[in-house]
Amino acid sequence: MNGLINDAISEIVDGKRVIVKKPELLAPAGTLEKLKIAVRYGADAVYIGGQEYGLRSNAGNFTFEEMKEGVAFAKAYGAKVYVTTNIFAHNENIDGLEDYLRGVGEAGVTGIIVADPLIIETCRRVAPNVEVHLSTQQSLSNWRAVKYWKDEGLDRVVLARETTGEEMRLMKEKVDIEIETFIHGAMCIAYSGRCVLSNHMTARDSNRGGCCQSCRWDYNLVEMEDGTETAITQESDSPFAMSPKDLRLLQSIPGLIELGIDSLKIEGRMKSIHYVATVVGVYRKVIDAYCADPENFTIKEEWLEELEKCANRPAAPAFFAGTPGADEQLFGIHGKKASHDFTGLVVDYDEETQMVTLQQRNFFRPGDTVEFFGPKLETFQQVVGTVMDEDGNELDAARHPLQIVRFKVDRPVSKDDMMRKGL
Amino acid sequence: MKKPELLVTPGSVDELVKQIKAGADAFLIGEQRYGLRLAGEFTREEIKESIRIAHEHSKKVYVAVNAIFHNHIANELDDYVMFLKQAGADAIVFGDPAVIMAVRETGVEIPLHWNPETTATNYYTANYWGKRGAARAVLARELSMDAVIETKEQADVQIEVQVHGMTCMFQSKRPLLGHYFEYMGKNLEIEKRQGAKNMLLHDPERSNKYPIYEDANGTHIMSPNDMCIIDELQELVEAGIDSFKIDGVLQTEEYRLEATKLYRKAIDLCVEDPDQYDEEKNSLLEAAEALQPEHRPLDSGFFFKETVY
Repeated sequence: MNGLINDAISEIVDGKRVIVKKPELLAPAGTLEKLKIAVRYGADAVYIGGQEYGLRSNAGNFTFEEMKEGVAFAKAYGAKVYVTTNIFAHNENIDGLEDYLRGVGEAGVTGIIVADPLIIETCRRVAPNVEVHLSTQQSLSNWRAVKYWKDEGLDRVVLARETTGEEMRLMKEKVDIEIETFIHGAMCIAYSGRCVLSNHMTARDSNRGGCCQSCRWDYNLVEMEDGTETAITQESDSPFAMSPKDLRLLQSIPGLIELGIDSLKIEGRMKSIHYVATVVGVYRKVIDAYCADPENFTIKEEWLEELEKCANRPAAPAFFAGTPGADEQLFGIHGKKASHDFTGLVVDYDEETQMVTLQQRNFFRPGDTVEFFGPKLETFQQVVGTVMDEDGNELDAARHPLQIVRFKVDRPVSKDDMMRKGL
Repeated sequence: MKKPELLVTPGSVDELVKQIKAGADAFLIGEQRYGLRLAGEFTREEIKESIRIAHEHSKKVYVAVNAIFHNHIANELDDYVMFLKQAGADAIVFGDPAVIMAVRETGVEIPLHWNPETTATNYYTANYWGKRGAARAVLARELSMDAVIETKEQADVQIEVQVHGMTCMFQSKRPLLGHYFEYMGKNLEIEKRQGAKNMLLHDPERSNKYPIYEDANGTHIMSPNDMCIIDELQELVEAGIDSFKIDGVLQTEEYRLEATKLYRKAIDLCVEDPDQYDEEKNSLLEAAEALQPEHRPLDSGFFFKETVY
């Protein structure tokens, strides 16, 4: 019963087991540019925010026109688009909701990710062709609640980040519904939806997109005894902190696939295109490698190294194997610098002259060793030679963000490949 | 005018008896295995005893089954729900829809109160849960007075609001105090402080102190001030709000009893003699202020505070 081989998930083909139920790789797309990068780098689906009703009021967020363009782009690659509509609405948000959801429906997106039954029911009424997925904001962490939402007709549920692999197994056994779970990225330390620190500390409503991440701040712990306070945190101690390490379930991807999880989700609509490209690219390779040949699959060191190139916090598996310990939180530090800088986006390549045309994203100069990577490209190192601007003038360095520059590369590259530099 | 129910959270059966004398109409009790942030732990025997005593005095007992459940406890809910029905509980307070499933599957008929705390924020969703069996919605404390009143006007279910006490700002499944002590190498301290309810997080920037404690449901961080709207009840009474709750978690029994007496008086005056209430409301507020420990100021929660997003 608990054996690794699940018939619905794999088949024996020519004497070799292969995975036939390949999970969806779901990536964040804060802007149209990020959407295109995520899809180009191998995401099967992306989630985006609209202008309203989403939880990242500071993210780029799509107009209906951009949604349409994003849907058309994704479609060309066989990818889907979901729209996060996961605020807990107040009465004042009810007006306008119908029009908004009609607009989302007309934009052709596959589904919306929702927490509030108000939005679930309204979507059913005004945009019945749009799938409804329950957001992690509902902190869904048991199979009976999963069953409830199945009975309510939802197409998919996103689990609470507090759910373990074993708990997922029981949910999958008991209820026939698509399950989506987070595999990578920053996480709430609180049960999602059950934190209003921002409301109290900054008068911003966390459950309507105003979260200011007060959980990442430092505090002092004191003890109150008969009206007298004693400091627990001493001057020399690190302050009390509740900042979690970022989630990274790379090593558990095989387990998630064998459990039959339907969608593996990467967090980070606010993250850069470099982050999206790197993380999506790695997980694409991991999923493909495992599904093609699960018996001979091993985790490659280079995948873990690749993730470090864009990681700005240490990573941990969080709840997948049980409640995380003290070593999965950050004390005394707030993060770390990624090991690499994103230095350029390839906009063109000329086979004849071997010249790459790049949009500059961070400082680099002739003599720097950089690396190129891309969805179809085997990563390679390159020493930067003579750099020229658009008009062919030689530059001592590429200094200006978004500046168009050219130089010669040893191997062919293509549009949307990226260039990064070790620090 | 209808008199709203005064709902309080006793810490023990003994206190429940005293709360009846102090003027409470209804009680919220339970145990941390199933309920969130309760003032005391009530075993099944104590729940039965509480219901028996309360019913003798025509008072009501609601039992908290509003934790965020994981599989192993979700599997126990049928048994607990059947026990509560048999014990005669007047309602089950829930947040997780697993409770609805347990009620449906056991066929138990018992009123449900929907209380997911922070996420009960609009009338439509209150009515949605009403259609699925909830008789009452307990509104999020982060709503304004206007939003509360509009919700009552549009709701098909009873509406309960908290009028006094601490509110929860944050719940994590992780044992955050234990982790901090472990990180600091103060392993001995962990044992000593297991279950300690006298720890505060100091936020120097805002000069706030937030109570923090751990229990079976994880780590809870509470508001720096106690909410008190004893002087602002008129509008809520006129709107027909069904229940006023004093949340007494992390308070002393003495504090809770005094608060009940003050609100008993306030509600009675407000309904029976509004002019007199108007006269006395400031002195009622002063009396409430006198109950406060020095480090816990009173405020009016989010009733009159704007939030943006």
